[in-house]
Amino acid sequence: MEKLVARRYWWFGLSLLMILPGMYFMLLHPLVTTGKFAFGLRPSIDFSGGSLWELRFADKAPGEISDEAVAAVFAAQGFENAQVRMSQVELEGRQVADAIVRTRPLSETGPREETAAVEAALQAEFGTVTRERLESVGPTVSQESTRSAIIAVVVATLIILLYLTWAFRRAPHPVRYGICAILAMIHDVLVVLGIAAIFSTFNQRFEVDALFLTALLTILSFSVHDTIVVFDRIRENLINRHPAETFDDIVNHSIVQTLPRSINTQLTTFFTLTALLLFGGETIQNFVLIMLIGLVSGTYSSIFNAAQLLVVWEHREWRRWFGRGGSSADERTTAPAN
Amino acid sequence: MRNREIISLILIAVVTALALWINLVPSQTFLGRDVSFRLGLDLQGGIQVLLRSTDPETTPDQMETARRVIERRVNALGVGETVVQLAGNDRLIVELPGVENPEQAIDTLRGTGRLEFIDSQGQFLSPGTVVRTSNSPNPPQLSATEGLTETVDPATLGPIFPSITDGADLDTASVQPTISQTGVTSRPAVSFTFRGESATRLAQFTATNIGQPMCIVLDNRVVSCPVIEAALTDGSGVITTNSVEDRDAILNQLKYGALPVPLVVETTRSITATLGQESVQASIVAGTMGLVVVALFMILFYRFPGMLATLALVIYTLISFAIYRFVPITLTLPGIAGFVLSIGLAVDANVLIFARLREEYRRGRDIRSALELGFEESWPAIRDSSVSTLITCAVLFVFGSNFGVSIIQGFALTLGLGVLISLFTAVVVTRTFLRLAAPLFREERAWLFGIDRRESLAAPPAGPKVV
Repeated sequence: MEKLVARRYWWFGLSLLMILPGMYFMLLHPLVTTGKFAFGLRPSIDFSGGSLWELRFADKAPGEISDEAVAAVFAAQGFENAQVRMSQVELEGRQVADAIVRTRPLSETGPREETAAVEAALQAEFGTVTRERLESVGPTVSQESTRSAIIAVVVATLIILLYLTWAFRRAPHPVRYGICAILAMIHDVLVVLGIAAIFSTFNQRFEVDALFLTALLTILSFSVHDTIVVFDRIRENLINRHPAETFDDIVNHSIVQTLPRSINTQLTTFFTLTALLLFGGETIQNFVLIMLIGLVSGTYSSIFNAAQLLVVWEHREWRRWFGRGGSSADERTTAPAN
Repeated sequence: MRNREIISLILIAVVTALALWINLVPSQTFLGRDVSFRLGLDLQGGIQVLLRSTDPETTPDQMETARRVIERRVNALGVGETVVQLAGNDRLIVELPGVENPEQAIDTLRGTGRLEFIDSQGQFLSPGTVVRTSNSPNPPQLSATEGLTETVDPATLGPIFPSITDGADLDTASVQPTISQTGVTSRPAVSFTFRGESATRLAQFTATNIGQPMCIVLDNRVVSCPVIEAALTDGSGVITTNSVEDRDAILNQLKYGALPVPLVVETTRSITATLGQESVQASIVAGTMGLVVVALFMILFYRFPGMLATLALVIYTLISFAIYRFVPITLTLPGIAGFVLSIGLAVDANVLIFARLREEYRRGRDIRSALELGFEESWPAIRDSSVSTLITCAVLFVFGSNFGVSIIQGFALTLGLGVLISLFTAVVVTRTFLRLAAPLFREERAWLFGIDRRESLAAPPAGPKVV
């Protein structure tokens, strides 16, 4: 426990290990597999436009209907390339087939005619069909959503940076706290985006939707929340500084002091999220899963990145990163005390 | 017991009683307000649509008129809790909860409501045919270049029929439901009257074309083509329909005036009540499980203070629900997730305080001053972290006003509210309880508080330089 700060480059290494695979799937995997650059995230209809249908087939047991059969019916009604995902659902005590279908957006002028035609065709093919959900997002709306999503993330980051600089105005170098908290936050964003890219690649059910964005922004605030608790203790310990203490010591024991709190808070939120994940229904499952991952990453980054970065900045260690053959991880013990 | 604690305790008791009252009052009303839970469309089923004007030169006045017309039509549908609001310069958001046939309702709403008589040049056009008229030569139904209607060549659109009357001359006050009697069969119908020039033109046309068909066209769709039996000198007529539903739909469109601009459906979200009900069940289970697990954890880990924190958490839940009911805040699935998440945050403040309390106690302070220090020293961290969460909620809320992602607003609202309420319950409520309970504390019963000085000797809590 006394070497948390001294081993900081190990922690940074671990972070890189978490981020790099995700970044590969985010930025390079589509290029490697298809030869064309694309982001490795699968956008939902919220951001790419399209429509999403949830259908229940009361007369059919799960497995009786194939994805292709449903897609064929859609194609015959003018919805080519429908992506169908069959699953099952309990209806009046028995399991029946349930389909989630993604298609192009409905016509703007005659949406009812289109849905009626599809429904009639499905009835004819598969018997009783109920349409439980239908969402259709036009292209203009989805473009606007994407734009404001980016603005939202940037604005939230800037305001938090300003607030942190103000909140830590009495500590020496207040801007450092803000920037280190933001760096830790970026770490969490990268971890979450990377994992979302891995999910997008391997799980056809995973989509980046408005809820994903909500999760991402909540993770940002949780990450900063955790970082603040640690920084707050550092600030306090700096003010009541013992003459023999080095900056590294202060950061180290501030982390140790806040560790019980970090773990306990982590656990309580972990419990509530797990309850949501297990019982909260399918609609919010991806949302909760992303939130869980971000939460773990947020706690890790506040302890092992944000606080450690303060130490790196205190010693201006980047001046020694280059020119000594990258053996920086071994320099920890030789770092001068102030 | 000092005065301050007694005042706080009274305040807490009053707030809790008020919250309990709002939550449990059998009549579901408080101070004349309806305090039943409002469920969003995703939980009770219904439809949300974004209508956009296809006219690029739409003025704000026209949109406002369109909003009022749509609102009157919505009210005529007789469903509760509807929303009709302007979004941007050329859009309208309409929300209809619990409608059985939402698509049909939306079709009725967005129908322009332009009624015309056309000279069909002796033809009997079949009902439902989309026609071009001289007043409206390019109906949106035909100009659509997507979906089932494919790309259409203007030449194949068909002839433009001369309009005899102008929809703007319809006397909306004269639009009435009626019954049309043909021999022994009676069918639902709508009667109407044209004014001004349209009435004159209608009289002239019918006088010279007796025995010929004349078509009644609503929003470029043929309703019927009756044969002119006598001149319509007063400009009035009757539209015969096949069912009461059809009659009501037409009545609704005509009665509240014509829309000044044609509207298309840009985005829709519809969900059945069944699916919504399933989500409500799931949320209740998830919320209860979350609360129970957090309570168990707090009690096992922090013992007596943990019990007080759990009590504070119950009060927190009561206040939250009371506010959701009273304001009222419409609960959506992400909104409930925001609430469940805020349970975790509400506990965080207590964890911060209790962790600090243990630490101070182990350093050798007596329980009373450890308690006060615990609250005092953890306050900056609680404050700063709450503010940063509130900032995120505010950004999410503003961003969520963009239509496409409006579900985010519910989440931001309940989470932000949760942070504010938890500042009261986790700080004021728990502090009052703990201060009142402090005299009960005995050194030999320290386990009740989950604190033990001996631990500090066995394992120093922090680095070697802790004083």
